Amino acid sequence: MREVAVIGVGMTRFGVSQNTSIEMFSEAAMEAINESNLKPKDIEALFFGNVLGTHEEGQMGMAAYAAADIGIPNIPTTRFEGVCATASVAIRDAFMWVASGYCDVVLVGGTERASVMDTPYATRTFAMGSDSYYEGPAGITFPGVFAMLAHLYAHKYAIPLPKLKEQMAMVAIKNHQNGKLNPKAQFQATIRDLMEARIARASQRGQPVPTWADEMEFLRDIKVNPVIADPLQLYDCCPFSDGAAALVLASRDKARRLTDKPVLIAGVGQCSAGPLHNQKDFTRMKARILSAKQAYTQAGIEPQDVDLCELHDCFTIAEIVATECLGFFEFGQGSQAVEQGETRIGAKIAINPSGGLKAKGHPIGATGAAQACEVVNQLRGECGKRQVEGAKIGMTDTLGGDACTICNVILKRGW
Amino acid sequence: MEYKLTHKAYTSALRENRLLGLKCNACGGYTVPPKKVCIECASEDLDVVELSGRGEIRTFTVIRVAAEGFQAPYIVGIVELDEGPWLMGNVIDVDCDEATMDMIGRRVRLGHAVIPGDKFSAGERVTATFSLEN
Ligand SMILES: [Zn+2]
Repeated sequence: MREVAVIGVGMTRFGVSQNTSIEMFSEAAMEAINESNLKPKDIEALFFGNVLGTHEEGQMGMAAYAAADIGIPNIPTTRFEGVCATASVAIRDAFMWVASGYCDVVLVGGTERASVMDTPYATRTFAMGSDSYYEGPAGITFPGVFAMLAHLYAHKYAIPLPKLKEQMAMVAIKNHQNGKLNPKAQFQATIRDLMEARIARASQRGQPVPTWADEMEFLRDIKVNPVIADPLQLYDCCPFSDGAAALVLASRDKARRLTDKPVLIAGVGQCSAGPLHNQKDFTRMKARILSAKQAYTQAGIEPQDVDLCELHDCFTIAEIVATECLGFFEFGQGSQAVEQGETRIGAKIAINPSGGLKAKGHPIGATGAAQACEVVNQLRGECGKRQVEGAKIGMTDTLGGDACTICNVILKRGW
Repeated sequence: MEYKLTHKAYTSALRENRLLGLKCNACGGYTVPPKKVCIECASEDLDVVELSGRGEIRTFTVIRVAAEGFQAPYIVGIVELDEGPWLMGNVIDVDCDEATMDMIGRRVRLGHAVIPGDKFSAGERVTATFSLEN
């Protein structure tokens, strides 16, 4: 296998967009192609992530239309779908096509336009990631799955639920702090900013002014932070988002001629698991443990060598469990690690310096590509105020469905 | 070999509050809901058996924001059956506001509920339900 480098990245701002899925993808793709000092005609294949285009825009076959939109209608295009891990699965495949020598330069990424669905419809379509015959009929939702994970975790490690909820809130607080420093993030505001904005609005309108002592008290208030699925409240959940992200991958030889800062794909992993009921105790997600192990082995590193990780914090508890399954903390210690600030930028390991799915946003078909964009920019030292100083090795972790698909990518400086 | 316990056969029994599963002649493990092969050892040498329909709640949540077609609030739980497999369903006959961590470990007994189909489902659906024992 040949060495493969990321030579260009691009992404739209995440949030609510008036643009179509293809328009967003083209914006991200051209940013990545231009940054690579290439033209669209240099792209040999497109690996394209999109999950719910049929439901959002009534569109199948979007990969082919996306290539046409950037002037390369005749290249092979393939759509990938691994629920929320979609774009990471696409990256892993794109990596293999270049590593094998079959292609020299390829484009990979994803796009999603979830905001066109209202909440009940979006909740229904997202729930299609659960087993539709044996779990869907119980009315399970994505927040519901991770709410059950929180209860399982609290019970297993004998952590009183109010204590765990506080630790989960600290995940949200940290990720919003990071998101505030990311100009592409959906929410560029801390939880404290949001709280103070509420207070200011109430006093402007002459309404009773709330008296929350701090962010924790604000987050405990179910009037502003309603319960979605016990014990998860609104601010434990990532938003529905629109957005796109893309990367250009090239063989290392080709990369050397095009950029001074090629970021190498050092290792990849991907594993599956059956429906949630088959996974039994899903505080230890077997697919994630195995996938991460593949990636670490290929990269020849250990979890402690990773400087930053963009991981799948679709819900606050999901971040805690991910940090354990990826080997950054012992099982049962992830919640304490957050509390002790070990996952902040500049601490033991920077978890989600971009703001994560929680604050940066989660356009499901694009998320894995956006995670990789952040890691690439961090390794190049181009992240401004949220820069993880001296970062040399970064990792992505993306979870699809009820952990039925997990994909990991390890990236390192190639200069 | 034919699919031994189809979704249709499984849900027909569930509609009578009978829980069918597959017992593996190779490893002795149980598979429920059904699969083509044993979830423990991938053997195809399986017999359809009726399970006890009893078990313990391992985790749960109260869904407060429902998907289209469902009326919140309601409780979803995962039960570890006495035969070993875990099964998702709705915990019923419990007040949603009284569903606390104490529910974990509680003994339950299986029932069922019929959920109308929607435009995305392959017809009418059947879910397992769980009622607390004693
Ligand atoms: Zn077996």
